[in-house]
Amino acid sequence: MLLQINNLEKKYKNGLVALKSINLSVPEGEVMALIGPSGAGKSTFIRCINRLVEPTAGEVILDGTNICILGSRGLRSARKSIGMIFQEYALVEQLSVMENVLTGRLGYIGFWKSAWRRFHPNDIDKAVRLLERLGLKDYIDTRADRLSGGQRQRVGIARALLQNPKLLLIDEPTASLDPKTARDIMRLIVELAHEHNVAAIINIHDVTLAKAYAKRIVGLSGGEVVFDGVPQQLDDDSLTVIYGSESWSDKHQEDSPEPLHEIKE
Amino acid sequence: MPVTQTQQGSRWVRHSSRDVLVRYTVLLLTLVAFIVAMRFISGQTMWVFVSDAPRQAADFTARMFPPDIGFFPRAVAALWETINIAVFGTILGVIIALPLAILCAKNTTPHSSIRAVALTLSAASRSVTSLIWALLLVQVVGPGLLAGVLAVGIRSVGMITKILYETIEEIDTSPIEAVKSTGASETQIFLYGYMPQLMSAFVGITVYRWEINIRESTIIGIVGGGGIGFLLNSAINRLAWDQVSVILITILACVFFAEIVSAKIRAAVN
Repeated sequence: MLLQINNLEKKYKNGLVALKSINLSVPEGEVMALIGPSGAGKSTFIRCINRLVEPTAGEVILDGTNICILGSRGLRSARKSIGMIFQEYALVEQLSVMENVLTGRLGYIGFWKSAWRRFHPNDIDKAVRLLERLGLKDYIDTRADRLSGGQRQRVGIARALLQNPKLLLIDEPTASLDPKTARDIMRLIVELAHEHNVAAIINIHDVTLAKAYAKRIVGLSGGEVVFDGVPQQLDDDSLTVIYGSESWSDKHQEDSPEPLHEIKE
Repeated sequence: MPVTQTQQGSRWVRHSSRDVLVRYTVLLLTLVAFIVAMRFISGQTMWVFVSDAPRQAADFTARMFPPDIGFFPRAVAALWETINIAVFGTILGVIIALPLAILCAKNTTPHSSIRAVALTLSAASRSVTSLIWALLLVQVVGPGLLAGVLAVGIRSVGMITKILYETIEEIDTSPIEAVKSTGASETQIFLYGYMPQLMSAFVGITVYRWEINIRESTIIGIVGGGGIGFLLNSAINRLAWDQVSVILITILACVFFAEIVSAKIRAAVN
């Protein structure tokens, strides 16, 4: 098993329990979608894996190493093998596409080399190949803030893959994109994960996209795993377990239990 | 104020009668204070001199013209010193302000007690004007350029630190999170996450402060900080008004030029 999570728990200082004893394992190269309502703990969960958020209890074992007990040096080293892709792309807007992508190598080089932008030729080759593969060859020296949403997310993907990760943590990759671009990005993520033999955990609130692209779906609700199976098993009953009662087959959802507040109120 | 019911219907006034009384009392007291202060200032003024003022000003202006053109090279040489004071003072200020701002910003400070000390230093620098810093420093390092550079530098620290640390606190945190997640070290996170976001603000603040420092350096010479202010002071003491006018024209041209340069650079980095 590549990733083994045992009794992972996150309790915030204000008493809010975001994650209650999560157990989950992800084999090498598996693309898994994590679905659940807003506030279910999806973002907290993936951030606990690379400890951008500190879990309060439990174990995160990646390749035999318990990440939760690592010191700062060990943690930085572990983070090298965990790539992360963000909803709002999280590019450094003022840097060029190439600089953003090469940021993925920072964990592998020292301070002075990074200060003078002296990256290893192999890293530069790989960055160029990734950018070609992602259709960004002509944008290598473009500043990140000049790109469209879909292009920015591709830069984010290239940055994560340049780390040579074993695992990708992907937080709502399509939530800021139009439906067509969203499908392109999901397809790319899944293809590239296979090409590079990288496992991926994709937080996504779009159930249709999740079913279309992931091999395995995990449902999170109230900080607990309430569904774990293949997309075909995800029927209306399991959606109700994850999201609460709703008539899932309705196209228009006219009898939605909580109607939107109307302006005339 | 509440609506009251009368025979004619509802009645509404903006202030209650008690509020009206308070308002007029405050107004009256303000007027009294103003008149008392006026009488005090008037009592301290020698009105004979004031009545003489237009004639004095005319005389004074007449003596300034024509300016002593032959004095111009000396004014420019002194101006060069002034510009040096401004440039090196700004550089000194920036060198101190950059680390201080990192210690002052909530999101980059190592500890809240260090932050308190850093904030105090920054406030202390801001609360004393460069003229007073120069007065003190002339006693310590002797009169001349060095005292001027130190005074301008110390004075600059406060403002640069304040604007810079506020910019650091408003930084977009998601790219920081992304850089952190690659396994970058703290210094690399600063280099690749914070620096690019801060660069344009940093250049803008520095140039803006340099422009202010050009103006401040012109006056510092009066207390012995070197530069054109020293020349101005000695010209006034010698009643050499035709030289004073040359100095004033030189200062005016220089400040004007500095403001144009500053505006252009700041427009370019934004």
